Amino acid sequence: MIKIIPRNLFRFVVLVLLQVWVLNNIQFSGFVNPYLYILFILLLPFETPGWLVLILSFFLGLSVDMFTDTLGMHASASVFMGFIRPYVLQSIAPRDGYEAGTFPRIFYYGLIWFLKYAIILIFIHHLFLFTIEVFKFGSYYLVLWRTFLSTIFTTVFVILSQYLIFRK
Amino acid sequence: MKSLLKFIYKYHYFIIFILIECFSIFLTIQYNDYQKTAYLNSSNNLSGAVYSKMNGISQYLNLKEKNQELIYSLASYKELSKKAYKKNQISLIEVYDSVYIQQFEFIPCQVINNSVNKQNNYLTLNAGFKQGVIREMAVVSPMGIVGIVKDATDNYASVISVLNQNLRISAMLKRTGYFGSLNWDGLDYRYVNLLDLPNHISVNKGDTVITSGYSSMFPKGELIGFVEGIEDSDGSEFIKVRVKLSVNFKNISNVMVVSNLLRNEQLTLENKSSHD
Repeated sequence: MIKIIPRNLFRFVVLVLLQVWVLNNIQFSGFVNPYLYILFILLLPFETPGWLVLILSFFLGLSVDMFTDTLGMHASASVFMGFIRPYVLQSIAPRDGYEAGTFPRIFYYGLIWFLKYAIILIFIHHLFLFTIEVFKFGSYYLVLWRTFLSTIFTTVFVILSQYLIFRK
Repeated sequence: MKSLLKFIYKYHYFIIFILIECFSIFLTIQYNDYQKTAYLNSSNNLSGAVYSKMNGISQYLNLKEKNQELIYSLASYKELSKKAYKKNQISLIEVYDSVYIQQFEFIPCQVINNSVNKQNNYLTLNAGFKQGVIREMAVVSPMGIVGIVKDATDNYASVISVLNQNLRISAMLKRTGYFGSLNWDGLDYRYVNLLDLPNHISVNKGDTVITSGYSSMFPKGELIGFVEGIEDSDGSEFIKVRVKLSVNFKNISNVMVVSNLLRNEQLTLENKSSHD
């Protein structure tokens, strides 16, 4: 249990660096970009208090913002995602709830559950991010299209990471 | 009082969310007003240092291609070197003596951070105050124009890229001399639009588009790109020309910051006449 804090801190740093060094340089078809850093919020333990999730999300987004010159954009999208997270967890909970000592991962609750969990939150995050990026509601179909494509790519990366790195 | 505390405790999750979210959106709005910001961007020293390490690696991978570009740039600037000088007095015979005063200085540097996939893109350069880079200087590459310096610190500068919807550049058609303003529509990093051209002029596909030199930032005649297509808007007196950029913003690396030594003189004069 004690190990959870350093492990999450390490994950925070690694995901931010991976995002700004590697993933921000990947652009499928011009403007589609996978945002894997939100995996950090997805993998926070069930028992994390709500206010802590919000604060961690804020600093996660802000760190990415500092590197991409988009102050506040990733931060607000991440905070919104962190805010929605408990409601999503509640609505897709298995019949007998979440067991103590388990984490929100494929290993514990299966692929289908994780896919539902990840896609809903990633879509919400991306929609918020791209909306606040254009900051106007003209040409909204472009925002939806980007959200849709980026959600697919991020989800693929998240699922891959589950099978390659966080197997247990 | 007690019930207020109870209320706060009961809804603390929602209240914290609203506070942080408002703060983030405040930051975003503050930041979108891009002239006013001078803090926490990629020209600050921590992220600047991380990016220059990273750039050390990626530059090595592009070495061959970049060498080619440098040779090209050397050749074109040898050719241009006379153009960087402005005639100081009217004379019929050119004498390469004090009749020319230097107008433009080129500060070589490298791009250490870049993006093309946002609505408003910025670049970071590894040169700053110490190398003589200050706000509102133009940035060009051997292949064409890149942007305008937004902000600089001691060793880094952040640049508003041509691929930024907030940036407008005065550009003209080399063949006919008509000028308009250049703006990016946020869609494709290879194309920009040249607006405000009158609809009676002839524009051909492949025409060269260059900087007009009417603003005090860019020297006249820097390459921007080539005409790709023309869009007539019905009933309007103006046409919209689609321009393919000559710079590939995806692998841009070596650039030069242009310092206009006579800029203050020009601006003072222009301000003076506009006040009259």
